[in-house]
Amino acid sequence: MRSKKDCVAMLLAGGQGSRLGVLTKKVAKPAIPFSGKYRIIDFTLSNCINSGIDTVGVLTQYQPLELNAYIGNGQPWDLDRNDGGVAILPPYVRGKEGEWYKGTANAIYQNMQFIERYDPEYVVILSGDHIYKMDYSEMIRFHKEKKAACTIAVLNVSLEEASRFGIMNTYEDNRIYEFEEKPAHPKSTKASMGVYVFSWDKLRFYLTKDEENPTSSNDFGKDIIPAMVEGDESVYAYEFDGYWKDVGTIESLWEANMELLEEDSPINLHDPSWRIYARNPNEPPHYAADGAVIKKSMVTEGTQIYGTVEHSVIFYGGYVGKDAIVRDSIVLPGARVEEGAVVEYSIIGQDSIISRNAAVGQRKEECPKGAIAVVGDELVVGEGVAVEAGEMLDANRIND
Amino acid sequence: MKDTMGIIFTYKNDEALKSLTQKRAVASIPYGGRYRIVDFALSNLVNSGVTKVGIITRNNYQSLMDHLGTGKEWDLSRKRDGLYILPPFSQVEDYGAANYRGRMEAMNNAGTFIRRSTSEYVIMSDADCICNLTFDEALEFHKQKKADITLFYKKGSYGQQAYADSCFLDVDDDGHVTDVTINPAVGRINLSMGQVIISKSLLESLVQECVSHNLYSFKRDVLQRKLHDLKIYGYEYKGYYARIDSVAAYYQANMDLLNESLRMELFYKGNQIFTKIRDEVPTLYRNSSDVRNSLLADGCVIEGTVENSILFRGVRVRKGAKISNSIIMQDCEIQANTQLNYVISDKDVVIRENRKLFGFELFPMVLAKGSVV
Repeated sequence: MRSKKDCVAMLLAGGQGSRLGVLTKKVAKPAIPFSGKYRIIDFTLSNCINSGIDTVGVLTQYQPLELNAYIGNGQPWDLDRNDGGVAILPPYVRGKEGEWYKGTANAIYQNMQFIERYDPEYVVILSGDHIYKMDYSEMIRFHKEKKAACTIAVLNVSLEEASRFGIMNTYEDNRIYEFEEKPAHPKSTKASMGVYVFSWDKLRFYLTKDEENPTSSNDFGKDIIPAMVEGDESVYAYEFDGYWKDVGTIESLWEANMELLEEDSPINLHDPSWRIYARNPNEPPHYAADGAVIKKSMVTEGTQIYGTVEHSVIFYGGYVGKDAIVRDSIVLPGARVEEGAVVEYSIIGQDSIISRNAAVGQRKEECPKGAIAVVGDELVVGEGVAVEAGEMLDANRIND
Repeated sequence: MKDTMGIIFTYKNDEALKSLTQKRAVASIPYGGRYRIVDFALSNLVNSGVTKVGIITRNNYQSLMDHLGTGKEWDLSRKRDGLYILPPFSQVEDYGAANYRGRMEAMNNAGTFIRRSTSEYVIMSDADCICNLTFDEALEFHKQKKADITLFYKKGSYGQQAYADSCFLDVDDDGHVTDVTINPAVGRINLSMGQVIISKSLLESLVQECVSHNLYSFKRDVLQRKLHDLKIYGYEYKGYYARIDSVAAYYQANMDLLNESLRMELFYKGNQIFTKIRDEVPTLYRNSSDVRNSLLADGCVIEGTVENSILFRGVRVRKGAKISNSIIMQDCEIQANTQLNYVISDKDVVIRENRKLFGFELFPMVLAKGSVV
């Protein structure tokens, strides 16, 4: 018999992340490499296990191969369990019918059977594309205390930013009386982080009801939460005051990587009590040669550095040749920057090669904000070829 | 190589390595920034397709067991076969559990493990050597020569002090071994590396024979005593090989990794060397860092200077600290304005501010695990 679980987490990992352009050509956004050896989804998965949640359903849809292979049996996150553990939940066919996930709420609706197997009291809905450390068990405790039907984690943002988020308008005790999606004139600065705790019976009721409405977009933010607020359910905002970052754009992905290079980095990855786990590549220690200059950077195992690396993140298995310069850049796993090549304010895709004396991007100080050059995965930038600032490359450029 | 099982011996040279083996067997000494010495012997077997490996231990094997765990990292956590750790086990009252005198007695202890295997061949390997090899070609050689025993050897010009307790072979043009000498005074050329191929049935009968005659040494009682009864062949290995049997040898084998071609051979060109993973953050370099010709594992934070050195996982090098020609193991903290030259620092050592420690190239200073200087 399968034991009853207090809480099951459902992790939405089906998003394409289209604003990340060539970086999500072959992988879903949660599988994008981050900070030297991680993938974005590692943060949410690690939060789950560190919060004591050992049953996690991962809903995939867009380009799932890489993500499925990465998660595997969940062992790196200690989620390979006899009872519970991690389960990958792609859309599937029921009888003669079957359909893609129409929206976030529909994705959960289609997997109600998975949740019912564990007969939980609470369901935590998470998204696999944010960088943050959060103890969900504190939030669940708050949810229980308030005897809430739904609790939504919120972050205090500035008033200017507020119109980019789903905003919760609350009473003094944090009970939500109104939810506004991207309001032009926000009344509050409590922005939804996309982290929800539901009492399972309430969620089941509202998911079923939402599914019966053919005009619904089947989305948590747009449909389920407003319906619950209107239905006079007790919906609460749970204030989170840590670091949280949506890495939905090239610029925010770059920024989030760079923030971890600061001495007062907003996320302490070294904290043994809240480790961020990742599937570890098996690589030898990295080598810094005679003549290598490495300043304010992150370098991962398997990499060999002969040139100059400043204010950059070099993933595992990378290579920076003699007299090459990598500055203000992110070099994803297995990418090579060969002798004499210059990479400035750029992101270099997995296993790509920047050939000798090629130049990618422009000095950060000299180009407009956010003009990050991006070279997609498995590409070759030919010898002496220049890729301009802000350019996004997704086919080989051998000769100019 | 479905028809082959492996046995790794982990208990050699424990005394010669001073405080490095105070709390561990030679096999589990940290090496090369993130490995333990046994990773090489084990990965070599796994990379040859061997899926059943027994690890024979004698003493101080707690840290080794901790390192090996279920064998998952070597893909040896299997339903069928996999990794077997074989601690001392007394069947006969003649000798104490932890004191078998040699390999033949040790294998008699592990008799059930060997007997139950369906393998046709056994590869025996020492755990104190650094090399990246596979056994496929040597097994072919063994079959082709219809050999009873095939021994790996490495050609070189070995001095009087080459290796402690070393065994040398005389080999004719065909590869046939004509003499086996242990610590000979002259003529040291073909060093026996400690990798042996033998058929399982022959091994079992030799073990029986030795034990019933109160003999125990593989080298003396099998190789030497039966030199003319058995067809013993030598297989020359031409790649990099280092044996860790002294502090100087340990130091040199680490420093060899700073040589580009040796590093390529051990880690990049051949098969992967597997080891126990540790969830670490990539290494962070601060603005004040200056690192040259060094190998650094994940999890370090570098604010000072590091040259010609090997840093294991999680080492902190504070501002103004200068580490040269040294090996710094896991989680050491090297505080501000210290200087280290020719130092081997075991795990969890703290070097307080302004300390200066100097060893000598042929006599590196060894700091025991957990010391505070």
